[in-house]
Amino acid sequence: MDTKPAKSAIFRFKWFALVMLLLALAPFFLSDFRLNLFGKFLTFAIVALGIDLIWGYAGILSLGHGVYFGLGAYCMGAYLKLQAEDLPDFMSWSGLTELPRFWKPFYHAWFALPMTLLIPMLFALLVGFPTFRARIKGVYFSILTQALALIFVTLFIGQQPYTGGTNGITNLQSIFGFSLAEPATMRGLYAVTVLMLGIAYLLCHWLTHTQLGKVLVAIRDGENRLRFLGYNPALFKVLIFAISAGLAGLAGALFVPQVGIISPSMMGILPSVEMAIWVAVGGRGTLKGAVIGAVLVNAAKSYFSENFPELWLYFLGVLFISFVLLFPQGIMGFWRKGRFKWMTSILRWRETRFARSSSPNGLPRKYH
Amino acid sequence: MGIETLLSQIFNGLSLSSVLLLVGLGLSITFGIMGVINFAHGEFLMVGAYVVYVLQGLFNKFYGHGAAGLSFLISLPLSFFVAALLGFLLEKVLIRFLYGRPYEGILATWGCSLILQQAARNIFGANNVDVTSPKWLAGGVEAMPGLQLPYNRLFILALTTLCVVGIYLYLYRTAQGRRMRAVMQNRDMSACLGIRTRKVDTFTFALGSGLAGIAGCAVSLLGSIGPSTGQNYIIDAFMVVVLGGTGRLAGTIAGALVMGVLNPVFELISTSSMGKVILFILVILFLQGKPQGLFSLKTRALD
Repeated sequence: MDTKPAKSAIFRFKWFALVMLLLALAPFFLSDFRLNLFGKFLTFAIVALGIDLIWGYAGILSLGHGVYFGLGAYCMGAYLKLQAEDLPDFMSWSGLTELPRFWKPFYHAWFALPMTLLIPMLFALLVGFPTFRARIKGVYFSILTQALALIFVTLFIGQQPYTGGTNGITNLQSIFGFSLAEPATMRGLYAVTVLMLGIAYLLCHWLTHTQLGKVLVAIRDGENRLRFLGYNPALFKVLIFAISAGLAGLAGALFVPQVGIISPSMMGILPSVEMAIWVAVGGRGTLKGAVIGAVLVNAAKSYFSENFPELWLYFLGVLFISFVLLFPQGIMGFWRKGRFKWMTSILRWRETRFARSSSPNGLPRKYH
Repeated sequence: MGIETLLSQIFNGLSLSSVLLLVGLGLSITFGIMGVINFAHGEFLMVGAYVVYVLQGLFNKFYGHGAAGLSFLISLPLSFFVAALLGFLLEKVLIRFLYGRPYEGILATWGCSLILQQAARNIFGANNVDVTSPKWLAGGVEAMPGLQLPYNRLFILALTTLCVVGIYLYLYRTAQGRRMRAVMQNRDMSACLGIRTRKVDTFTFALGSGLAGIAGCAVSLLGSIGPSTGQNYIIDAFMVVVLGGTGRLAGTIAGALVMGVLNPVFELISTSSMGKVILFILVILFLQGKPQGLFSLKTRALD
């Protein structure tokens, strides 16, 4: 997107390096409880990166990313559960005496860990290919993905013997022989999360700075023009959708050992829409914004649920509305566009409102 | 499984279709005219249902318990107007800033829906409440041995038919309806021809919200109501719009019939969770052939 003159690699990544350093130092000045919480936020930041790829760059809003997060998390949960018990407790409660066949491979780390990425990606291909091929886009796609989230939750709750039903997979004891109750294990998991976030960020940065990134932005701003130029937008959309789902799956896999539970309530409609708002708050189309948004919104969430649990949903609602109306470009957009002149930018936005209103996909006329 | 079970499932499905149709009509009209999908639409249904509940409470207090029938009849227009007023306010305060920005519209209206749900939870409590059905809706017609058609479901069918006929007459037989269709087809041209599009927008939105309020009355006859009542129907209503296509009455009716009837039928032949999965897969497959839905406005525009 940016057409700034090329800078040297070190200078370009100064922020990245600084933030990674700060994150690496966090264990020294955060309590174990806070560190664990922060590690959870960072897994959400990975989801936000994936959503930013498809929404901020390619202009596809998925309201069902909880599904991919959940698929990754359940794969990891299945592996961890089988480390603790030969036959998971919820299976024996539901009358199963033997491990179902599709659970058996999850006993092995070499199978379970890659699956946390591959299953969400494969599933995203399965969903994405027919929908994008049929040129279902915009709000229709969002609605379908949301319905998908609902169906997944219903399915996972309904298949109690195989998924643990409403409770999900609980009582996870250890990972690779390290007890999940130990603070040292948590610090290790935090370090892995930071590392993965760094890798995910660099991957997304690379993706968006290649030709692929340009094609994605072109899909967002003028899909038909791209089609007339001989590209097949559907293939690019499916690809980026699958990558985004893979990131969500990775985040889910990192989430489970740090939180110790995965249940359908973490992959439903509300969590999925919340994931989109992280990106909207941070700023669509900027990877930094996605990370900042995920961490800030979740920090606010835990602050509210610790102090005023009743008010959280009100706050979330107001957050949704106010960011859309006042800061449509999110925190990063605010930061870039003359931070102290935001009043004028609002006024300008209100002027362009009517220009946008007649354009079919909501973008200013100049993009058509 | 006898034929009676299947028929009664289909009949139950028809009343689900009716509710979905009333909710879907509003969604489809507002999406067609303003390009905004209102995720708070389910909460208008919830508001309509709570209007029935509150009015019944007031009647019980002042007239004793015999007046359930009267209070229900009064609450039909009342919930229409309360929901329409709420829709009017929402349009004036929020929706008009979101025209043609569908994604922002989704997030902002979703925020509204969260606020309204939490407000309902604070006002009426988190638990579901029951509405007593009027006495004249108890019982049912015995259509064939083993197949009972309850009066309350028949009433919902009649109510919906009445609403749809009303909307049809309004859209196709009145000057205001004509203006509404004109704005739906070409906003800029309508504005050039002197139609006050802003007024049309506000009115359309209020009308759609009011229909959801009536759907709320219907829902209150079917079971208990609570803060998340709207959420139970909204996803299916969205699917109705996707399946039926926007901007056409016939599309929404067809979509609602398909979603409402097939849902319980699939749940009958498999489990309740698998039924939803099958239906979703069928919708996706169907959209392969007709991505615009069953019926859609013919247009030469690309997007």
